[in-house]
Amino acid sequence: MSNIALKASHIDKYFHDPYKVQALRDIEIEVLKGEFVSITGKSGCGKSTLLYIVSTMDTDYTGELWIDNSCMTGKSEPELAKVRNEKIGFVFQFHYLLNEFSVLKNVMLPGMKLHPENKLEIESRAVELLKLLKIEHLALKRANLISGGEKQRVAIARALINNPIIIMGDEPTGNLDKKNSDIVLEIFHQLSEELNKTLLIVTHDLNFARQTHRNIYMEDGRIIDNPF
Amino acid sequence: MKYKILGEIAIALMRARWKQTFVAAIGVSFSIAMFIALLGFMTGLNTLLDGIMLNRTPHIRIYNDINPSAVQPLQRIAEYKDSYLFLHSIQSNANRGEIYNAGPILETLHKDPRVKGTASKIIAAAIYQSGNISMTGLINGIEALEESKYFSFVDYIRTGNPEDLDIVSNSLFLGSGLASRLGVEVGENIQVTTASGDQLPLKVIGIIHTGISDLDKTQGYASLKTVQKLLGKSNLYITDIQIKLWNMNLAPELAKAYAQLFETNAEDIQTANAQFETGSFVRSLISYAVGITLLIVAGFGIYNILNMMIYEKMDTIAILKATGFSGKDVKQIFIGIALTIGIVGGILGLISGYLISLLIDQIPFETAALPTVKTYPIDYNPIFYIIGISFAIITTYLAGYFPSRKASKIDPVIIIRGK
Repeated sequence: MSNIALKASHIDKYFHDPYKVQALRDIEIEVLKGEFVSITGKSGCGKSTLLYIVSTMDTDYTGELWIDNSCMTGKSEPELAKVRNEKIGFVFQFHYLLNEFSVLKNVMLPGMKLHPENKLEIESRAVELLKLLKIEHLALKRANLISGGEKQRVAIARALINNPIIIMGDEPTGNLDKKNSDIVLEIFHQLSEELNKTLLIVTHDLNFARQTHRNIYMEDGRIIDNPF
Repeated sequence: MKYKILGEIAIALMRARWKQTFVAAIGVSFSIAMFIALLGFMTGLNTLLDGIMLNRTPHIRIYNDINPSAVQPLQRIAEYKDSYLFLHSIQSNANRGEIYNAGPILETLHKDPRVKGTASKIIAAAIYQSGNISMTGLINGIEALEESKYFSFVDYIRTGNPEDLDIVSNSLFLGSGLASRLGVEVGENIQVTTASGDQLPLKVIGIIHTGISDLDKTQGYASLKTVQKLLGKSNLYITDIQIKLWNMNLAPELAKAYAQLFETNAEDIQTANAQFETGSFVRSLISYAVGITLLIVAGFGIYNILNMMIYEKMDTIAILKATGFSGKDVKQIFIGIALTIGIVGGILGLISGYLISLLIDQIPFETAALPTVKTYPIDYNPIFYIIGISFAIITTYLAGYFPSRKASKIDPVIIIRGK
């Protein structure tokens, strides 16, 4: 059993609109299980683009992507949806909660997609996660009625519900004030150290990046040696 | 179990924007209600107009035309078989109006499963006299019950009771025009004289108003017996058998068959009223065109509303897909929403369409031509309701299917990046 959680090789990506631009050039990355990796770089360097490709949400690329030792490239849309559901937890910059549902339900939905029959089990697990992130008192509130920092913590709980192989974040602190950023950062450390989770986080916050196990620095669609 | 979670999501999405959902459903309802009310109204009017003519016209009329015999006695003589015969001024036998063997013919007809019913009739020329005034016209000997049952006789009665024709001896109903010209009212007696000079006083027990003034000015209606008595004929004498079929379209074919079988004349309604057929056809063509137009307009409306709804939910679609719901799941959620709107809106539409129809049905519509019609006619044909609900469901399904299929195919990142 290999302990590689994610591996991408020779990833090239072009944007076609309004004219052809190469966004990623021959990217090679590997994330081991239990690693806490950050991706940094200036705006427009392609770090978010890369993250969306390795999270299987963007299939318009060339190269090969492996998650949990299974090749993602060329898989069908429903298969990729299943991978995202089971193996990847994703935290967006703008939290992306479903405002129509309560906090608890938002956390439960991916779990109920995976195991529709275990509603009670999923519910207790969701409550546990909310407790872990210290937001259990919000469980029954509507998702659009809580603060930005709280929303981001709900999004993290949602990412964790199916116990994924890897948790990915696209500037998860980018939209938060200092205090909330620190809380979220603290949570990621807790996940990494106490629960031994694998994390791959895109950020422009160098302070954040310095506290991770490993940093990948990108410039103009390439990975270059870390300038720090 | 899988559908339960999808259903839950669909319900939550609808509840979160219940006003929009409600407006969409109302949009569907409005279209369907209009379709049902308008088509019911138009078809009702059409049926009424058709009915003025159709209800009272037999589908097949069996009669014995006054024609000279096709084979004249001279032609039967064997010696002249190969000769060319010149015959001039051939006259018919005057007594030929009668249908021979009426009894067995009626029996055969009643056994025919395609025949709904028959009414025997005697038509004879008559002179109506009251005081100094005499009017020429026709007297109809009818079977009042059958005539009412199959040919809406009762619908055209202004005053009087059709059953009285059989109860009160020597009685008749007069056409409204005829009665006013003769200056007689119900209860008074008039003299009726036949072409052969026989005379009988008859009591007016009712007034008929068909709306066709040529008929109303000339016709009187008495029982078969009364007319047989007037003409001095036996109680087997009839001149017409009127047939109502279950299916009117069989009339031309059956008329031919009957003419051959009974060796008499038989005329079908299509031949007798060719110009009427054309008018009726054009009218129903117009109402179908209106119906289809209504449905198409409604269809586009429904499609637009749902399309908008789904495009507004693009964010939700991206989130669902990012967290592991497949395109198929997304499609099913939105088709579920669309179908709910279609079914709820459609049922509301059926109900309000029915209510609007009831309302139109209450609007007074007085017309001299149709004494029994007091309000606008409505056709409550269930087929309109079936078309309405099926259409609502099918269009909402398509309106949900196409945009959600599109949404289900694209990568979630396209939606997210578009922000």
